[in-house]
Order: sequence, then structure tokens, then C-alpha cells
Amino acid sequence: MPLSDSTPNAELHPALAEIRDGFLELGQKDRLLLLLEFSNELPELPGRYGEHPDLFEKVVECQSPVFIFVEVDENQIVHLYATAPQEAPTTRGFASILAQGLAGLTAEEVLAVPDDYPQMLGLTQAVSPLRIRGMTAMLARTKRQVREKTASVI
Amino acid sequence: MAAEADTTPKFAEYAHPNRLVSTEWLAEHLGDTDLVVVESDEDVLLYETGHIPGAVKIDWHTDLNDPVTRDYIFGEEFAVLAGSRGIDRNSTVVIYGDKSNWWAAYTLWVFSLFGHEDVRLLDGGRDKWIAEGREITTDQPDVTPVEYPIAERSDVEIRAFKDDVLEHLDAGGKLIDVRSPEEYSGERTTAPAYPEEGALRAGHIPSAHNVPWAKAAAEDGTFKPLADLNAIYREGLGLDDSSDVIAYCRIGERSSHTWFVLTHLLGFEGVRNYDGSWTEWGSAVRVPIVQGSDRGEHVAK
Repeated sequence: MPLSDSTPNAELHPALAEIRDGFLELGQKDRLLLLLEFSNELPELPGRYGEHPDLFEKVVECQSPVFIFVEVDENQIVHLYATAPQEAPTTRGFASILAQGLAGLTAEEVLAVPDDYPQMLGLTQAVSPLRIRGMTAMLARTKRQVREKTASVI
Repeated sequence: MAAEADTTPKFAEYAHPNRLVSTEWLAEHLGDTDLVVVESDEDVLLYETGHIPGAVKIDWHTDLNDPVTRDYIFGEEFAVLAGSRGIDRNSTVVIYGDKSNWWAAYTLWVFSLFGHEDVRLLDGGRDKWIAEGREITTDQPDVTPVEYPIAERSDVEIRAFKDDVLEHLDAGGKLIDVRSPEEYSGERTTAPAYPEEGALRAGHIPSAHNVPWAKAAAEDGTFKPLADLNAIYREGLGLDDSSDVIAYCRIGERSSHTWFVLTHLLGFEGVRNYDGSWTEWGSAVRVPIVQGSDRGEHVAK
């Protein structure tokens, strides 16, 4: 089992590349505001999961409570659901970037996302490296859940 | 000219009553010319989601820490930061934030390193203000930049470095570890539900008392009344006004809260915050560490 599923120079999926470019073309202050926009766009949980907090995995590396749940449907498409409190906008923003960036990707494509994608967004200075770690952990846990769920299917 | 003091009876009991203001006081004084309200949160975006009208933001990490060296900014940068927020040397600065004012206390402590005289905390912080249904806004405040003098940062009186802690240990000085019992005993190196910040060893500094910061806070995030604080720190630990105490946690933020309590509410004169804290001590070579819930002893060499 390799340490990471991502190949160093793999092409970034267009959806993720678009999010990255959206951040990189802005100045530091505006990057923070874009993160806030993502935060506000974090979708509500679908009703069928709202009643099932037990399905969600806590991302303990994040400073604020955030829970994620990954679903791989019959077409091998990954759906990431996340919930975090309104008082944790940064964490919500990270979750929302991943939920939007990974939307519609296949399990294989999600596993190919570079583990250091969070570091590519140019947020390290505006948000601090420490805080970025929470998003790195969120991505790692998402990929682990995808691996677990595809293993049981195949 | 400084803003008037808050005469709330609870504050009058404390050693330095003028270091706290209540939400009522702040609501009445918003807009005072000599007053600048500062929000300091753990979450770097929380201010943008809504803040007290007119409040400016100072982020503990991106504004107060040097971007390269693990240290605080120096006088030149502090002058630029304060001036850009409309703070002059005589301003009354009231700081508030999330998480029972952890980061607000940290910012207050950094202001104190630069000798800013009139700096206060909003008792109960951001959560209390919002819980009381008081106004918040996403409007950016209209700040007129002012001149702030270049004040030399003094790292002697209220800040401790690793070597100071070693000397303090040899001299039999008191230490307070304000982390959770699990961090203190060495079961874990980070606060529950917090990111791993890279300490290589777990445990605590020998002889340190474990008094989690939150013991000083009431349910609503306000500071406990003086009698409760006396019971914890004077009777519980045997500390008095002249005790030399060093407080530490993981990166110095929770211990800023305890530093504030010991210095301004109890009036102890020799309290220092060890901001290197466990992320330094727990990775330093050949420093003594004790594991388990017993304090352990330090044997001076």
C-alpha cells in the first residue's frame, strides 16, 4: 500500500484547478473573502442524513467541530457531505471547497487528488499554515472513506 | 483621555477593576472617541460573518506573529498595525473574542508586551454579546489611520522563554499548566479536538500544577467572581501576591487567559506567560518532563 494515492505531477482535476485559480488570482484580503463565500455556500445536509449524526466522522484535526460523510453511488460517483457550526466559518469554508471541488468526481478521480491540494490555494498566508492543516486532514479522511467504501463494493 | 471605568460591582472586587468592561458598558460607550473595540478570534473569518459595530479585527496569527520567525512582531510593525486600526498610544482598547476570550486575552497580553496602558477585555466576549441579542454587523468600520509611536517590546516582565523556565525551575518557582488533564498527564499532546501541533513528547514540566484555564471562567464565558478565583489559586495552590508564577499551555493562548486572571483579577505581581509552551518544551532536547497525573518533582542541578 503506497503512502499516498496521488502521483506527484498528476493533472489537477479541472473543477479543483478552477477553485485554485480563483483564489490565486486574488490578493490576500480577497482570498479570505472568497473563503467566506465558500463558507456561506456549504450546503445543508440532505434530509435523509440530518437524522443520522452517527454516520458522520469527526475531523479531529480541525479546530472547530466538523463532521464529514462520504457516499459512493452505483456509478462510482463520490458525494461528500459535511456539517460544521456557523461559528466556524473557516472550517465551513474548507469543507465547502472540498464538497464543491469533488462534486461529480469518480472515486478514482478523488483518490488521485494530490494530498497537498489545500496548500495550493494560496491561503497559507491569509489563514495561517496551522489552520490549513485542518483542511488537509479533511481531504485525507475523505479519501480514506472513499477507499473503504469502494473496497467493499468491488 | 481614557474612557471611564466600568463600575460593575463584580469588577470592583478584582485587583485591577479597570481591566474589564461589561457588555452593558460597551453598548453605552460604542462610538466614544478615545475607545477602539478590537475583535480577536480563533477563527480567522468569524469577524467577517458579523462583529460589534465599529469593531476592528486583529488576528492572533496573521497580525501578531512574525510570518517567518516564531516570535511576535516588533515595535515598528506593532506601530503600523495599531495605527492602521485607529489606535493611538492613549486609546482605550477593549478586546473581545470567541471561545471565552482566549484569543482576546492573547491579544491583550501582546499589547501589554508593548506597554499599551489602557487595554481591557469585554467580560464574556463575543458569545455573551450575541447571546444578549446585541447588534452585530458585517459593515466594515470606517477607520481613520493614526500615528502610533514605535514602542519597544519588553519580553522581560510578563513573558518567559524556555531558559527562563529552566532557571525558574531551579529556583523552585511555581508553574501552572493550564491544559486539559489529558495533555498534562501525557495521554495526548494536543487539546481534545485540536490539531496536532507537533510536540515530540507528551507530559508536563516537573512540579507544574494542572489548573485548566476554564476553571476561571463561568458557564457564560465571564470571569468567575473574586471569591471563586481566590479559592482556586490562593487557597488551592498556595499562591500569593508576591508569587513568581509561569503559566503555559500549548502555544501560549490559553495561558494568556490565566495570565490575565492572575495578573489583573488577583493582582499577582510576578506572573509570566511562557508562549513557547508545550509545542516548544515537548520537542526540546534534554529538558525534564513528567508523565502521569502526579506533579512530580524537579531536582535542581
